[in-house]
Amino acid sequence: MKNLKSVIFILLSVTFLVACGGGDSNSESNETDATQEKAKELSADPKGVGEVKNVELTDPLNMEMIAQGKGIYEMKCSACHKLSDQRVVGPGWAGVTNRRSPEWIMNMIMNVDVMLEEDAEARKLLEECLTRMPNQGVSKESARELVEFMRKNDMETVGKKDGAVI
Amino acid sequence: MLNTKSIFHTLIALSAILVLGSCEQRDTKTVVQGDAASMAYVAPGEYDEFYCFMSGGYSGQVTVYGLPSGRLFKEIPVFSQYPENGYGYSEETKPMFNTSYGMVPWDDSHHIELSQTDGEFDGRWLFVNGNNTPRIARIDLTTFETVEILEIPDVAGLHCAPFITENSEYLVSGTRFSVPIPQQDVPIDSYKENFVGLINYVKLDQETGEMSLDFQIEMPGYNYDLARNGKGKSHGWSFLTTYNSEQAHTLLEVNASQKDKDLLAIINWKKAAEYMEAGKFTERTTSYYHNTVDHSTGIASSEEMKTTRILNPKDCPDMVYFIPVPKSPHGCDVNPTGEYIVGNGKLSADMTVYSFDKLMKAIENKDFTGDIDGIPVINYESGVHGILKKPGLGPLHTEFDGKGFAYTTFFISSEVVKWNVEKLEIVDRQSTFYSPGHLVIPGGETKKPYGKYLVAMNKITKDRFLPTGPELCHSAQLFDISGDKMKLILDFPTKAEPHYAQAIPASKIQPNSVKYFKIEDNKHPYAALGEAKARVEREGKDVHVYMTAIRSHLAPDNIEGIKMGDKVYFHLTNLEQDWDVPHGFAVQGANNAELLVMPGQTRTLLWEPFKPGVFAFYCTDFCSALHQEMSGYVRVSPADSDVKLMWGLNNENKDEETLREMMK
Repeated sequence: MKNLKSVIFILLSVTFLVACGGGDSNSESNETDATQEKAKELSADPKGVGEVKNVELTDPLNMEMIAQGKGIYEMKCSACHKLSDQRVVGPGWAGVTNRRSPEWIMNMIMNVDVMLEEDAEARKLLEECLTRMPNQGVSKESARELVEFMRKNDMETVGKKDGAVI
Repeated sequence: MLNTKSIFHTLIALSAILVLGSCEQRDTKTVVQGDAASMAYVAPGEYDEFYCFMSGGYSGQVTVYGLPSGRLFKEIPVFSQYPENGYGYSEETKPMFNTSYGMVPWDDSHHIELSQTDGEFDGRWLFVNGNNTPRIARIDLTTFETVEILEIPDVAGLHCAPFITENSEYLVSGTRFSVPIPQQDVPIDSYKENFVGLINYVKLDQETGEMSLDFQIEMPGYNYDLARNGKGKSHGWSFLTTYNSEQAHTLLEVNASQKDKDLLAIINWKKAAEYMEAGKFTERTTSYYHNTVDHSTGIASSEEMKTTRILNPKDCPDMVYFIPVPKSPHGCDVNPTGEYIVGNGKLSADMTVYSFDKLMKAIENKDFTGDIDGIPVINYESGVHGILKKPGLGPLHTEFDGKGFAYTTFFISSEVVKWNVEKLEIVDRQSTFYSPGHLVIPGGETKKPYGKYLVAMNKITKDRFLPTGPELCHSAQLFDISGDKMKLILDFPTKAEPHYAQAIPASKIQPNSVKYFKIEDNKHPYAALGEAKARVEREGKDVHVYMTAIRSHLAPDNIEGIKMGDKVYFHLTNLEQDWDVPHGFAVQGANNAELLVMPGQTRTLLWEPFKPGVFAFYCTDFCSALHQEMSGYVRVSPADSDVKLMWGLNNENKDEETLREMMK
């Protein structure tokens, strides 16, 4: 009786395996598609990937926007980004507007999940920091205010701002 | 359900014979036909069509399943403390358990009721009853969190609850056990003189869903078992089954089953509301608690209420009626048009279907056979639409498919029977494994059922699943009811003991589901809205740690200067503003639980140091690749030590002087 059961089991297993084989070849081809998708070249656009295409910077700095930006920084960003050049979880902000365009900064804030997948510079940062920057639910208006706050911080820390404007 | 079980005790031999005797036809292989698996299959990454909310019975909670897959998504803690996320242990949620009996950390949840607009589920709120210490809870279906618990005074065993009206005006409930009111020290055998039943109407705020006890109707001392409200033409009326019209107080399984018929209570609640307006109520001093969560802080608070308003049928004519219903009825269900009311006599071989039009006509013609305590008793024959003859053994509950059919569970004969309500004809019957209590069809108690699936909730599983010692799971069985015959397509185990469930199209809930709490809107008094606000404050022996969490560190993560005898409150604010990133918090030696804090939320755990030393705390919810690093230490010194209060992160230490600077 036991033997008979085993035979049936083996037969069934074979049937399953055969059936699975078919399934596998399908999923393999899907996988290849996915890999090809991934292998697509990462974006090197200095404006980053996202809805922000063009930011008009104005001088002198807008004090009201700076005050708003500071509040958002303290609530949502300061846990990982210092205002100096010291990296904690994420890079320090000193001089950031001389390294990144304002569009790139705003896209990184508002569209971080896509940026981490598709933008070459963002990916490099992820490989350095090894913690995915979280989406902190920042609106476009607030992201612009953060840029203003960064510009002021750059003047105070490195004496120069907007060095990466395109 | 225990009550039902015990009532059936005398019939257990019969049921055993039935189950055993018919085992052969009951083999699953003979009832599962065609490609059942694919009908219940939801492919990886795809969504279920319906949410199904099941009560937890003796767990006191609510569970959320997907249909047709039967996948369990979540257990929502309601009436029982839940160390898994700190519900009932955190300082914010402790008040949810306050009652006039003190802190009661457990209950027995039975009946789910989803809010309705125009007789259809609207996906806003879920209500569920606590049976043992009578309470009704409200769950917000945007967050799936319990946000309100209202105690019902002067009742015992709030089994008959909470049944909603078609525009969510009221929740009706009735006492399962009549008791002396007010409570007093009397002999139990003075039941007939001293014991009273109450039927309660809880009003709902149409905007917020908040509950308030509007009035209670004083009724004879029977056991009020289940209820439904009218819909469509019968909107404005409630129907409640009673058992123990014998008014027995001992060996109820025999003594409460003496009479050939018990009673269905029929209440004109619109009339009752008019009597309230007209001031026909009396006020009684009592005590009950109302616990609510403040939306902006997430903190629950309790209010003791001290009066209740009573309507007496003797003073309020045309408000309450009775009609006889065969032997010990349980379920009482109203069909989608509102015309038919099904009374399920548990111990009767037949089922009685009442006609709303006939009941109204009998009331109009004063076609009464007498009265009980001033409540007219309608002539049985005058209110009856017809009898469903010998449908099965032990009918319990009925739901509808919107196509003219009713589906009734039979506890003793272990089956679901499909029958035509108008013609009173049985069209199909299918076995269940074994002994179903309630059943649910999505929208099956509303004006608009989605007659595609039916779930029978079985009390007994015996040999259906791998055994797990003496305590076995309860189970649900999913039937496809889109065709003429019901098809069994899936068995799945359920958590604790689901009594009733309700199911709703996912599209009514999914789009409104909250992804995170906006940190800008967090008004918690101990929130640290940003890491710069993280700090430690001492107020005498109370130490408040304003801590923040973000992937992947806690701030502060080094704390010194805690002394023996201190009460340390860890107020953890999750700074994340993204979906699915809770952080947890556990500290060694905590005598309560952990905290699970949703993005943008603040939660507080009280920790009383047990001995001097250095103790670790850490995040309990795997949040990132560096989750294991998300930890810290708290140093505890003897009470007379001169170690200064100090805290920090990354060697940037702060003390009370920094605090004074911060606060400037």
